[in-house]
Amino acid sequence: MNRGAPYRFRLYVAGDAQNSAQAIANLNALCREHLPDRHSIEIVDVFRKPEYALAESIFMTPTLVKLGPLPVRTIVGTLSQTQPVLHALGLGTLSV
Amino acid sequence: MPQIASTMKSFRTRVAKTSPKAPTGITGFDEICGGGLPRGSTTLLVGGPGSGKTIFALQFAMHGARYCKEPAIFVAFEETSKRVKSNAESFGWKIKELGPSKLFFLDAQPMSDRVHSGTFDLSGMLAALEAQINKMGARRIVFDALDILLALLPDEAAKRREVYRLHDWLREHELTGLITSKASQEETNCIVQESFSFMQFMVDCAVMLNHTVVQGVSQRSLRVQKYRGTSFDENQSPFVIGSRGIEVAVARTSSRVQISVTNERVSSGVERLDTMLGGGYYRGASVLITGFPGTAKTTLSGAFAAAACRRRERTIFVSFDSDGAEVVRNLASVSIGLNRYIKNGCLRMVSGRTISGSAETFLVRIKALATEHKARCIVIDPVSTISSSGNELTAYGVAERLIDWSKTMGTTLVCTSLLDEVSSHLLASSPLRISKMADTWIHLNYLVQAGERNRGMSIIKSRGTAHSNQVRELILNDAGVTVTDTYTAEGEVLMGTLRWEKESAERGAKDMAEVAGRVKRVRLDAEEAELEVRLKALQVELEAKQVEKALLVSTAESREGVLLQGRSRMRELRGADTAISRQK
Repeated sequence: MNRGAPYRFRLYVAGDAQNSAQAIANLNALCREHLPDRHSIEIVDVFRKPEYALAESIFMTPTLVKLGPLPVRTIVGTLSQTQPVLHALGLGTLSV
Repeated sequence: MPQIASTMKSFRTRVAKTSPKAPTGITGFDEICGGGLPRGSTTLLVGGPGSGKTIFALQFAMHGARYCKEPAIFVAFEETSKRVKSNAESFGWKIKELGPSKLFFLDAQPMSDRVHSGTFDLSGMLAALEAQINKMGARRIVFDALDILLALLPDEAAKRREVYRLHDWLREHELTGLITSKASQEETNCIVQESFSFMQFMVDCAVMLNHTVVQGVSQRSLRVQKYRGTSFDENQSPFVIGSRGIEVAVARTSSRVQISVTNERVSSGVERLDTMLGGGYYRGASVLITGFPGTAKTTLSGAFAAAACRRRERTIFVSFDSDGAEVVRNLASVSIGLNRYIKNGCLRMVSGRTISGSAETFLVRIKALATEHKARCIVIDPVSTISSSGNELTAYGVAERLIDWSKTMGTTLVCTSLLDEVSSHLLASSPLRISKMADTWIHLNYLVQAGERNRGMSIIKSRGTAHSNQVRELILNDAGVTVTDTYTAEGEVLMGTLRWEKESAERGAKDMAEVAGRVKRVRLDAEEAELEVRLKALQVELEAKQVEKALLVSTAESREGVLLQGRSRMRELRGADTAISRQK
């Protein structure tokens, strides 16, 4: 597995809502499996920092934003369906 | 899930706060629902494409921000806020002037490139909105095209959950919320699509917008489907999107019945018609002038307009048949000069052909024009135009509201109405049935007699005024409009030359009688003079006779004396005895 640029993620969550917790868990699992040691995850709680949500037009939670490598991609949901997530992140060609 | 708890909590706050209504600023709508949308509660606005949902919602938000000290947030799910704003420019709302501290637009159009994986909710949006609400102290919020957002949710349960979340959130913040949602035409008439049916149960107020096309004429209408805890007009009310936003037509509601009634009369512009009406029309009355084409309906209404302008009352003349300038020219030929009143701004001619659209549009335009002109008198020539094809069903309601409105405003309204050949047989069923509502109904018709067509005028009804029962003849000439007496001969009304003939014949007979009288007097004078002369002559003769008689007596006496003297003298001469014996 070739090592590319590191992946920078920002995950918007809504407090300790169930789907937010699921998203965090799913993202962590995904990164562990597909992007070991080349990812960074920033978690933003929209309840604590609503101005972030306003500025970035984050209206649905949880929302994952891939800030890098470009292009920026946005994935809405708990990330429970792994295949479309990987595809969106440009990791879809990889076999699981 | 804290939903139930928050529902309970918000329910309590709602009950505790017997909230009044939040006015929408939409003409007519606030009257339908007694003041506006339920304050601190949620309203659902459902309508088909192009039914005016966004305009309604934006007007509600704008009105709150501008006039009610209730800053508003407009969440746009479908159109971008830029487009919403520019679309609203034509209404003169000056949204940009308000600035984001009063009216905040939030663009929440779903990004086309986003990817979905698993479930999600709207907490992010609500958190963002909450921050904005606290920042600007918003009291109103609009979610425009919520269906767009809900369509992203994977299943019915999720949609329902998010709508409840939104509803609870609105109540918790005591925001007056307006949610708009699309629905196809059939659905607005009965039940909204499946995913929204539960929303209708949930919200406190639901409003349906309809847009149909009847014979090529667009007809918009609106209906309040439910409104908890208040009485409202349950009927469908037509509305138009006018130059200042949505204007809803409301029938007379209880709050508007009180109309100040006046005994003041205004001249009809024709002196003898005023007399026939016992002084003229009542101020604020609605007058209907019906008749076939060419029976001088326009002329009669023009005379009214001119009279109004002479009294310096601002007047509007809406003409559908011909252009304003044409009307002025035509009226000038019968000495009704309107030009100077147009020049001094007292009179405004409106060419009705520029008003297109539904009967409702027509009414709204008339109202707007009259308000703008501060008109005290309105002439609509002819009002039957509004019942042209496509408007048959709504025209009656429009005419009714027109009359109601003019009464409320104290405006004197003169309408002409064309009668066609068919309806002439059933006079009472004149177009629009406006004749039932009108206070005064003047009917003009032709009387064909002796090869002539003459204009006859009769007052069919005039509420509250004694009025002449006679058919009069209406004469138009260079000198103006006059009403003359008609002659009845052998049970028939004479008009035109027949009347003239009769009149001149009577004049001749009168002259003859006068001459004959004069002649007779002269003759009598002569006879009198003659008799007097004869009397004098006889008197003179009498006197002469008396003199003669007196003379005769005296002569006889003197002669006797002389004779006696003579005889005695003779006796003396002859000797006394002879004389004495003869005397024996």
